[in-house]
Amino acid sequence: MSEVSAEKKFPDRWKKPPFISNPTLRWLLYVAVAVYFATAFGTMDIDWQRAWEGLPRGAEFLASFFPPSLTDSNGVHVTGTIIDGILDSIWMAILATVAGIVLSVPVGLGAARNLSPMPVYLFCRSIIAVSRTFPEVILAIFAVKLFGFGSFAGLVALSIGTIGFFAKLLAEDIETSSTSQNEAVKVTGANWFQWVNYAIQPQVMPRMIGLAMYRLDINFRESAVVGIVGGGGIGDTLKTSFERYDFSISATILIVIIVIVISLEYSSGYLRKWVQ
Amino acid sequence: MPIIDKPDGPVWKRRKTPVQLLIWFGWMVAIAITVMAWKRIAANDLLWVYMPTAGQQAVDMMQRMIPPNWSYMDKLWKPVWDTLNIATIGSVMAMAIAVPVAFAAARNTTPHKLVRAFALLIIVSTRSVNSLIWALALVFILGPGVLAGTLAIGLRSIGGCSKLLYEAIEEIDHNQVEAIEATGASRLQQMAYGILPQVMPTFAGVGVFRWDINIRQSTILGLVGAGGIGLQLSSSMNTLAWTQVSMILLVILGTVVISETVSAKVRHAII
Amino acid sequence: MLRLENVFKRYKTGDLALKDVTLEIPDGQVIALIGPSGAGKSTLIRCVNRLVNPTSGKIFLGDTELTSLSSGALRKARRRMGMIFQEYALVERLTVMENVLSGRLGYVGFWASWFRKFPKKDVQEAFRLLDRVGLLHMADKRADELSGGQRQRVGICRALIQNPELLLVDEPTASLDPKTSRQIMRLINELCKERGLAAIINIHDVLLAQMYSQRVVGLKAGELVFDGPPEGLVPEVLTDIYGEEDWEATIEEVDEDDEELLVEEAEVVA
Repeated sequence: MSEVSAEKKFPDRWKKPPFISNPTLRWLLYVAVAVYFATAFGTMDIDWQRAWEGLPRGAEFLASFFPPSLTDSNGVHVTGTIIDGILDSIWMAILATVAGIVLSVPVGLGAARNLSPMPVYLFCRSIIAVSRTFPEVILAIFAVKLFGFGSFAGLVALSIGTIGFFAKLLAEDIETSSTSQNEAVKVTGANWFQWVNYAIQPQVMPRMIGLAMYRLDINFRESAVVGIVGGGGIGDTLKTSFERYDFSISATILIVIIVIVISLEYSSGYLRKWVQ
Repeated sequence: MPIIDKPDGPVWKRRKTPVQLLIWFGWMVAIAITVMAWKRIAANDLLWVYMPTAGQQAVDMMQRMIPPNWSYMDKLWKPVWDTLNIATIGSVMAMAIAVPVAFAAARNTTPHKLVRAFALLIIVSTRSVNSLIWALALVFILGPGVLAGTLAIGLRSIGGCSKLLYEAIEEIDHNQVEAIEATGASRLQQMAYGILPQVMPTFAGVGVFRWDINIRQSTILGLVGAGGIGLQLSSSMNTLAWTQVSMILLVILGTVVISETVSAKVRHAII
Repeated sequence: MLRLENVFKRYKTGDLALKDVTLEIPDGQVIALIGPSGAGKSTLIRCVNRLVNPTSGKIFLGDTELTSLSSGALRKARRRMGMIFQEYALVERLTVMENVLSGRLGYVGFWASWFRKFPKKDVQEAFRLLDRVGLLHMADKRADELSGGQRQRVGICRALIQNPELLLVDEPTASLDPKTSRQIMRLINELCKERGLAAIINIHDVLLAQMYSQRVVGLKAGELVFDGPPEGLVPEVLTDIYGEEDWEATIEEVDEDDEELLVEEAEVVA
């Protein structure tokens, strides 16, 4: 065997087979990507002049992170304002999580195919679809139109967002729950509520508690954003600081947001592990 | 003990008494916090004057939205195109930065502990700030327009992608890297031959996943003036042009659905 | 020639994996390293190419003292030692050819390797080796499409393309069926003979150790307890290494009639 291979001639060049083996298709793809990026950049209206002028302001903004300051450009202490804004956001996030979950339980039950009749299922699924498609901020602008500026509007927007998130996952969890367990409870002669309570609830509960924590985390992040469109909370304070070009205050608020988001993420992750 | 002996025979309870008490206590705390939160929001920000009319207003708003102003679509093509570009270019930009940051942040590839700490700082700070907040800041710094929007999406996505990427790098099969190391390969070669091929599918998946999220996010950036269709939404709402608003909402809905389908298809093909 | 002098290895967990191991392997000698799981076999060969750093003691490859090398010099020294792994350790998402060529990484610069631009004679050698192990037609396949025995052969090619003086072989047959195990062991043995390579083969299968090595070294709890020819593995020795067991059945003579199996399988895959 070895004698034979010693005489053989082997190629001295090798190329890795390309990702897409059809060369026409491959080149078409390259060209398409190149054309896309060329047109995309070509049609972007960017005011480089304005951007260039903004650079010193950007440097000022970055510089104001070190160290963050608690007085605004007029030398007024804003600690109280920031704390108020943060608390507002926290309360908003908590309430939205509670309200959203309470409301999403019936929606989630209704959107589980193995639990509900077709009309109820379709109705609940469409609620979920609508609230999932639109970002919380868009929901918030409508809420502001209806309920006026302030954290109540933010609360409404976040609650609706929570419904979309929570009801969908709840429904999916119920749909994948163990058929044998569900049937076992059903054959005892339990009524619908007893059945949900004894068969479905124990199966989905642990994960739902974990998801509630996770959603609280998301709601706090979003509560910082809905304020930008008038939904109250720390986003409101942040926007005002930018409008006054009080970058030092903006920097402080951003740091506070980052710290809270990280600690929430860690504690919610920890709690989730502990619950499950 | 779940079973308690009483003079008139054993009684079965679902939980041990202390556990039950703890659970009740937990509920009470939760309810107290909720009530407190409600009081605070109701006291400060609930404008009762809006309440009786809110329902009527909502119905009114809906009625004015129908039918959508289809001809307004002519003016929406460009904003939609901008929105798409903000998301795509922002994602590409973010991935280009996120990959090296992820290698610096992963325990098994980081050149030094300090580098790792710095990379984690980048990840955490960009990730914890929503892209709308980044957009707000950038609009005040660079002026309104798609540049601010693209950078905002890019910044937020650096952290979002890097986190998933470095977790993937930390979870690779170390044997394959060790085999490359044993041939006498340098550290960079070990990354290129041992690690990169293993994480490549995850990288592609993360990129597409992020792009999908970014499409959604870039529809709202216009609300703070950072380009894209949000700009039209906010001006239509300010001028109470409800039929335009409903048209825009439909377009957003369509874009989101399409991007979701595309990303699901692509991810399915990769993984 | 490889020489280990009083090598100790204590892991951070406190486990003493190697206890005063002194061993010399002349050029061209194939030795089998046997011993129960956890005896330190893997640690020993990993100390040689310093995937694991020994706690104390010295290891020489020729005139080079491996234990004191800086990272640059260590990379150069590693080129002289090919390693074959238990679970093949191929990079699964790379092609067979890339896996083989990765054995040359120590010789080419980063960018050349990044763009897969290996010297012509390396590519030629890679094809020749793949042909030698009967996998020429698989060169462009991804490694995860291969069967266990095929993967291990690619692993062997990767080690051999380094043009090493020494092969470090870590449980090459642990994940293979008995027939493929023999084929792989025979292949390693033949290749060592062809090239005059020394090899340390970790193996827990006493029978295979006897069949395919010139010398057997027994390790027990990190200590050398046996060093001698394969015939020297009498029941008393095995009891000493592994513990009490009926060893008569294991040390049976093996007939050498599976020579054609390798050819047979090569035809099947072709």
